[in-house]
Amino acid sequence: MSATAPAPPGILGQRRLRREDPALLTGEARFVADLDVPGALHLAFVRSTLAHARISSVDVSAALAMPGVVAAFTGADLERDWAAPLPCAWPVTADMKAPRHLPLAVDKVCYMGDAVAVVVAESEYLARDAAEQVFVEYDPLPAVVGIDDALSDRVVIHEELGTNTSYTWELAPDATAVEAAFSSATHRVHGHYVQQRLIPAAIEPRGVVVVPQPFGGEFTVFSSTQIPHILKVMLALTSGIAETSIRVIAPSVGGGFGSKLNVYAEELATLVLAKRLRRPIRWIETRSEGTQATIQGRGQIQDIELAADAEGRVTAVRVKLLADMGAYLQLVTPGVPILGAFLYSGVYDVPAYSISCTSVFTNLTPTDAYRGAGRPEATYAIERAMDALARQVGVDPAEIRRRNYIKAEKFPYASAAGLVYDSGAYEAALDRALELAGYQELRAEQARRRESGDSVQLGIGLSSYMEMCGLAPSRVLASLNYSAGGWEAATVRLLPTGKVQVVTGTSPHGQGHETSWSMIAADRLGVSPDDVEVLHSDTAVAPYGLDTYGSRSLSVGGVAVAIATDRVIEKARKIVAHQLEVADEDLELAGGAFTVKGSPDRSMPLGAVAFEAFTAHDLPDGLEPNLEASCHFDPPNFTFPFGTHVAVVEVDLETGRVILRSYVAVDDCGNQVNPLIVEGQVHGGVAQGVAQALFEKASYDEQGTLLTSTLLDYLVPAASELPSFVTASTVTPSPTNLLGVKGVGEAGTIGSAPAVINAVCDALARQGIHDIEMPATPERVWRALKEVAAR
Amino acid sequence: MRVSITVNGELRSDDVEPRLLLVHYLRDVAGLTGTNIGCDTSSCGACTVHVDGESVKSCTMLAVQADGCEVTTIEGLAFDGALHPMQESFRQHHGLQCGFCTPGMVMAATSLLAEIPDPTEQQVREGLEGNLCRCTGYHNIVKAVLAEARS
Amino acid sequence: MIPASFEYTRASSVGEAVRMLAAGGEDAKVLAGGHSLLPLMKLRMATPSLLVDVGRVRELSYVRDAGDSLAVGALTRHFDLSRDELVARHAPLLAAVAGQIGDPQVRHRGTIGGSIAHGDPASDLPAACLALGASFVAVGPSGERRIAAADFFTGFLETALAPGELLVEIVVPKATGAGWSFQKFNRRAQDWAIVGCAVVRDGSTRVALVNMGASPLRSPGAEQALAAGASVAEAAERACDGLEPPSDLNASAEYRRHLASVLVTRALAEAGGAPGQEASP
Repeated sequence: MSATAPAPPGILGQRRLRREDPALLTGEARFVADLDVPGALHLAFVRSTLAHARISSVDVSAALAMPGVVAAFTGADLERDWAAPLPCAWPVTADMKAPRHLPLAVDKVCYMGDAVAVVVAESEYLARDAAEQVFVEYDPLPAVVGIDDALSDRVVIHEELGTNTSYTWELAPDATAVEAAFSSATHRVHGHYVQQRLIPAAIEPRGVVVVPQPFGGEFTVFSSTQIPHILKVMLALTSGIAETSIRVIAPSVGGGFGSKLNVYAEELATLVLAKRLRRPIRWIETRSEGTQATIQGRGQIQDIELAADAEGRVTAVRVKLLADMGAYLQLVTPGVPILGAFLYSGVYDVPAYSISCTSVFTNLTPTDAYRGAGRPEATYAIERAMDALARQVGVDPAEIRRRNYIKAEKFPYASAAGLVYDSGAYEAALDRALELAGYQELRAEQARRRESGDSVQLGIGLSSYMEMCGLAPSRVLASLNYSAGGWEAATVRLLPTGKVQVVTGTSPHGQGHETSWSMIAADRLGVSPDDVEVLHSDTAVAPYGLDTYGSRSLSVGGVAVAIATDRVIEKARKIVAHQLEVADEDLELAGGAFTVKGSPDRSMPLGAVAFEAFTAHDLPDGLEPNLEASCHFDPPNFTFPFGTHVAVVEVDLETGRVILRSYVAVDDCGNQVNPLIVEGQVHGGVAQGVAQALFEKASYDEQGTLLTSTLLDYLVPAASELPSFVTASTVTPSPTNLLGVKGVGEAGTIGSAPAVINAVCDALARQGIHDIEMPATPERVWRALKEVAAR
Repeated sequence: MRVSITVNGELRSDDVEPRLLLVHYLRDVAGLTGTNIGCDTSSCGACTVHVDGESVKSCTMLAVQADGCEVTTIEGLAFDGALHPMQESFRQHHGLQCGFCTPGMVMAATSLLAEIPDPTEQQVREGLEGNLCRCTGYHNIVKAVLAEARS
Repeated sequence: MIPASFEYTRASSVGEAVRMLAAGGEDAKVLAGGHSLLPLMKLRMATPSLLVDVGRVRELSYVRDAGDSLAVGALTRHFDLSRDELVARHAPLLAAVAGQIGDPQVRHRGTIGGSIAHGDPASDLPAACLALGASFVAVGPSGERRIAAADFFTGFLETALAPGELLVEIVVPKATGAGWSFQKFNRRAQDWAIVGCAVVRDGSTRVALVNMGASPLRSPGAEQALAAGASVAEAAERACDGLEPPSDLNASAEYRRHLASVLVTRALAEAGGAPGQEASP
């Protein structure tokens, strides 16, 4: 492996302010709802109010008769307009069962929010009025709401599949070793955990605007999406419109967290209706339809077992997962649990490993990737189980982790699950986190409160996490049956005036790629980042790309920018060598100019080289004009960021209320391009994990009715519910890419939920409570206390 | 119904339906799309603007109720080509990521400091309780508001 | 979401508003700050045919010293109430409650009259008015009348206001120097209380509860126990006697009962320093 050196002094590692900010701060930025499209019609979807029912009739006649209504369609009206059903790109097993998923239901609805009709009107107000006048008659069917109910096949949702089970996936590289470890174990721990469904709730709802050119035959699709490139391909396949006639643009996108990593019914329907009606059409999601019609996250039941020796060294991990797919398979629904399935041994040196995952359909909104996608679930299970093991062995949670960490000298480390971890220094992150948290003082305070019988108890929770990101080596994706590759594209150009243009296949929606990619190119070229423009998120400008998800953008897309920049530099070097009549290797690039080694007066600034390449008057024989190079970087391995988080909570034993008092996050994402952005990613990620631990749950009743369909009921925490965070980092570069970077978009979320729940359980340990299901609401805590008091 | 509303210092007069929400008036009639819509239950605060100098959620006010009022949106905050100090402080402290909640957050923050010029961290957190952000964990937003208060 | 269509008219005086309401008939609704009504209209859970906007009746926004009571105009906003000096001196509970409603944006628009007239059991101001022994002045086609808070809240979102009547003033007996407390329990600061408790101790003790029944209410059990000389703990234990709190997504009825008893304990303890009355241990 090459270049593992820390980032060189220069632009990389600076806390550079974001160039994205002025437009966003002033309202100048354009989100999809802000686009001014003259003559655009508005769509409103009529959605099922029931979770499971046959459609007896849909009557759009009253809606059609209303003023300003241009058209109204039922699912049956449009059934022949789709060239293919909505796509699922991840058939994780060869025998995976997948139902046909159309944008508008035809015969039956399978979840509350399933679209049954669509109204097209001259304004948003008229469209919503008309949608209220579409009358649907249903023949209700019993709803499958829980995973266990789904497994029983009491009611089979998709009759043509014959079962609610979509697939069972297994990984057991050495089943005998696992059996042997459990039979010879001194300690055995079993943890049973529920990952509640979460609503991603990006603050910008989704939206689509399609502008057709009926005579030119082209369609411009503006969508609030994380994946303009994947979307373009999928829209071509599902609409039957040629890929060359579709241009997808993701304008400013207001957060995604995985929820905009999809190909949605509304995107396809808006495109198809724009084609049919030959008019521009817009659809902007309302929040209360988004809670139903946008994918949800998590939704798993986990059983994890640890075998350990007398000292608490884990000798085997065995996991059984049940995953709730919801009513249909969206783009990567089945793959989400699999993304976590390799990681249930966490940061620990575990010789034997096995896991199985069974995924089922329910009459609920489809699940799919949500910040971390499989990895927060895995980390939660192992980190909760490690606390249980510590209790059983009788050692401090920090000590049980120390005993089990993969030691720094063992990297690259081949895990029992079959991954090769690139680099790690786990104990250093733990040490730093404990120091920042004041761990000993906290334990002393906890002891005092316990002794005095304080009605508010203190809990301290640890979580050491590791994740795989930088999705992904394309060959590895192939082995996992993922339908696409994992490379990323970049093109770098030196323009005639010496300015630099970077074109990236990533599609940022808050991550600041324009700032970071400009820093990467500028650092290598020796120019100011202000002289580097970054173009993205438009398939006509950046034809190749695999978009932004899974903490992949920097370690795949950013590295592609670096390599493309180096290729431009090498071409420029040839031109300079030719014009200054020296050998290539006699030139060095510094401060934005090539200089002949040992002759500081003989130099040529990059701007001049760019102009020479542009005029092409005096280039070496055989060298093409212009300075442009591309890179399609396919990473050789995943990257494996890690860290340790410490949560400190106060639990009011009278009311059950949990208050997060302080939070320390020490993360190692390898070399950092812009620490300002890294910290911001950690803050937001931690908040989302805390939200899962304490606040959020998509709640359904027994009929499958979503009870948390608005932000009044679905409790996204505000500033008043969270503390300021203490963040720090260690730097262990990844040896798998030339920037030594790993990725940080999901780290905070992955580390935080287990830290918080471990803290809650720690606060209640004296009372004999060792588990509280997420979210740890005041009532849940109170009930747990009441139960133990009654014993 | 005819309404006259001063938006960012400019008096406008428009015929509106009584049910037109102020946020739609600002976005669709006045063409000021900086004010965003993030929910339908007055929960998220993305649509926060100032009416007669005070923060309100423009999704929970009819345009007809703003008749005769002075409304300031995020577009009216920057002055003479320079960011308002609160906007600048958000930038300096990385108080935004995707930027969708940002206009509302900035408007709530300026209203907060007008009422409590030297707030504690707790007062800032409580003062922003009506604005949801999904990206920042609020850490840098709170930092930006405190820094602006102290400058 | 967007409200269904309605007619809109704007009153410039109390008299005009009453006439407009009378003309508008059953489906007419009063619009003040709009922070109870508009959210319901946006979800189309309320579809009035006519809104009578009283938001500009400036004569209804005031706090006046009326001798042994404070007179609060119905259009006084939560924000103004939370910062009013007279209120802070003579009815500090009211200021504290107003300062915790919703969020700052809500407090800039929402009015005390709107909140009282809506009669939501989950709202804080009705409980505060019950604890303070306030009364409400209503004006209708047949003139003005005064209704005690204790008689005002008649059922779920139902009040003693007759159709066509406009709530114009809240009369709050001065509780200068009285012990008081407001305990609000919610999961997010911006949310309605899961349970709340407002206590005023001024010779006698009034205990009002938020979200513990179909309407804003006082706790007869706690009040009677205290009047009979019971301890705080005993009073708290009886706080939910006869009450039927709701079960919803935020809390079961059982948990609400428990919370109410904890909050009553805390409120009584905090309100303990009333003149002439010692807090029970």
